[in-house]
Formats: sequence, structure tokens, C-alpha cells
Amino acid sequence: MKDIKVLGTGCANCRNTIKLIEEVAAEKGVAITLSKVEDLPEIMKYGVMSTPGVVVDGKVVHAGGVPDRARIAGWL
Amino acid sequence: MIPWLIGLAVAGALWFAIYGHLTEFADAVIAALGLARGTAIGEAVHFFFYDTPKVLLLLSGIVFLMGIIQTFFSPERTRALLSGKRVGVGNVLAASLGIVTPFCSCSAVPLFIGFLSAGVPLGVTFSFLISAPMVNEVALVLLFGLFGWKVAALYLGLGLAVAIVAGLVIGKLAMERYLEDWVQRILTGTAPEFAGERLTWVDRFRAGWRHVREIVGKVWPYIIAGIAIGAAIHGYVPEDFMASIMGRDAPWWSLPLAVLIGVPMYTNAAGIIPVVEALIGKGAALGTVLAFMMSVIALSLPEMIILRKVLKVPLIAAFAGVVACGILLVGYVFNLVLG
Repeated sequence: MKDIKVLGTGCANCRNTIKLIEEVAAEKGVAITLSKVEDLPEIMKYGVMSTPGVVVDGKVVHAGGVPDRARIAGWL
Repeated sequence: MIPWLIGLAVAGALWFAIYGHLTEFADAVIAALGLARGTAIGEAVHFFFYDTPKVLLLLSGIVFLMGIIQTFFSPERTRALLSGKRVGVGNVLAASLGIVTPFCSCSAVPLFIGFLSAGVPLGVTFSFLISAPMVNEVALVLLFGLFGWKVAALYLGLGLAVAIVAGLVIGKLAMERYLEDWVQRILTGTAPEFAGERLTWVDRFRAGWRHVREIVGKVWPYIIAGIAIGAAIHGYVPEDFMASIMGRDAPWWSLPLAVLIGVPMYTNAAGIIPVVEALIGKGAALGTVLAFMMSVIALSLPEMIILRKVLKVPLIAAFAGVVACGILLVGYVFNLVLG
């Protein structure tokens, strides 16, 4: 079970990122818990400066822009 | 890698071939519609069918290149370049990096805090934050396409100057205590570092292409609407109509008024510049119009609302005030020099 968090203040790119991760996870049949972090102080604790950021099992793997499918598949 | 290079070579050749035949295309459209140059409708239609493909071509090309360049300047990298820089040098560097670092107003806050927590001074951070949205490739491309390189270069230079000087002034005012309390608490702790991702050239090309889809996909309706309005003004508004309102004969307060009207307007450079071009064709003064444009792009209400999460009101007011003064100065200087 992968624990994935998407960091972002609710802009369009953040929503697209979440949707894309859900899709890729469903395609590959990987079980994930996906959660959104929208609180700014909370986001800043991860040290990312551009949103959306993606955190997999507590580790920041991506910051800024919607990640592409291949990259998401790599995390899973 | 190889398919990308072949694709880029073909796209590049095609780009130059089309770009070289824009006038013929617009002339052909006019002829096909049975219109003639010199009539109001003919001029308007020609303006539209010449400028639209031209601007879209320029934009796609430059945005693609910028998308690649930006992969070399992640916010993390820019922050590393800026931290520990002295005030002055730091402001110049910050304003310049603002051009090439990817920036979207929804990331303004994390970026702001990220810079401060790495020891980038407040004034230097503001230089970046002012330059990043104002001096961007979309604005520069449109200015270049519609006015030529001189106006684009002037906009670049003056935009940087406003960002540098405004940052210096804000730094001098020593307003660190007007950061929101939770920001000050974060700044005393140290934030973990995110090193950024490793990229290959194929990743960079992909990023360039993604940038084109993102930016051009977002702004093309504004460009077309802007050019359509511009075309209507071009064909139908009488010559020298603007001279008395925004031109050289206008009273001194027309410039501050133009800046003030620009603040609540939130459109991107793409929509405003074609309109601006048409206004100038009708006798509006370049300085007034450029100041209006800068205030529309650099001082937007939505961005201030986002920044309110990290800044207390006095600091936001200082930010808006200093930038507005800078823009006014640019406008007056422009009108004086060119008028």
C-alpha cells in the first residue's frame, strides 16, 4: 500500500494531478491511499516551492506542474 | 531522442515557411471574401487574418523554447542562486531570474516562503515576485510581434528596472514584521530541501511541448478575442480618437487613471496587447498604454488576495504602492522621451 499525498492549494493543476494518479493506479491495479494537503503551513513543511507537489511514502518526488503518466507509473 | 530531433527539424522548417508568407495569406483571405484594403471592413479583416497566425506562430515557437530553458531554472535552483546574495546584486539577479524561472500565481506563496526560508532577503524576494509575472515570454512575444523589437526591449528593460528598484525600496522599508505570524514561525525553523529531479534532453523537449500546450492552450482564446477587438478598433475607430484621452494632448492625470483602471483588471498579456496596439494606432501615447499594460499584468487583485495569506496589509499596501509608483514613472519617462 503506497501512501501518496498531493500538495497544492486547490488550483486546476493540483486537481488534474490527483485525477491522473488515480487513473494510473487503477490501470496498474496498485492499491494506494491518496490524500490532498491544502493547508499552506503544512505544504511548506515539505519544502516544495512550486505546486502541485507529490509525496510518496513521506518523500517528495515531484514539484511543479502536472507530472506525466510514465513518471507516475514509476512511483507506483 | 532521434524522433524528437527529426520532428523538431520538420516543425522548424514548416514554421519558417509559414511565417514568411503571412501577408500573402491575409491578402488571399481578403480577396476570397471579395473585400478591398482601404475600406473599414477590409482593414479590420486584414488586421485579424495577418496578426492572428503571426502571433500564434511566434508564441508557439518562443513558448516551446522557454519551456526547455525553464527546465534549467527550477525554483529550487533559482533559490540556491539567490540565497546569500547581497542586496543590490541580489535584486538584479532576482529580477533577471524572474524571466526564466517557471512561475504561476498559484505557486506564489510557497515560492515566497521558500525563498525567505533559504535566507533570500525580503526585498530580493519581491524583486523576483514582481518581475516573474510582469516580464514574461508571452508579453514579450506579443510586443515583439505587434510593435517590433524596440518596444519589446524597452518593456523588458523597464520591467526589470521597476522590479529591481521596487525590491530595493521594499527592502529598505524593513517590513519583515509584517509577514504573517505563521510564516515567521516557519522561518525560524529550517525547511527540508527538495533537490529536484534529474532530467534528460528528451524530458526537456517534453517539458517544452507541455509548456506549449499549457500556455498556448490557455491563452489562444484571449489572443483571438484581443485581436478581434483590436481589428474592430483598427477599422472603425476614427484616427486620433485616442489622442485626447490617452494621447499626448491628454491631461497629466490620464496616466495615473490608466494605471488605476488596470489594477482590478485581470487578464493576461495575451488579451491586452492586441487591444493596446490598436489604441496606439489611434493616437494613444505609448507610455500611457505601456503603463496601463504593466499595471494590468503586475498588479492584479487575485494575486494580492493570495499574497494576503502570508503578508499583513501594510506590506501588501507597500508592495502595491511601490510598484504603482514605478510603473507611473516608466509611463511619464516614456511619454517624455517619445513625445
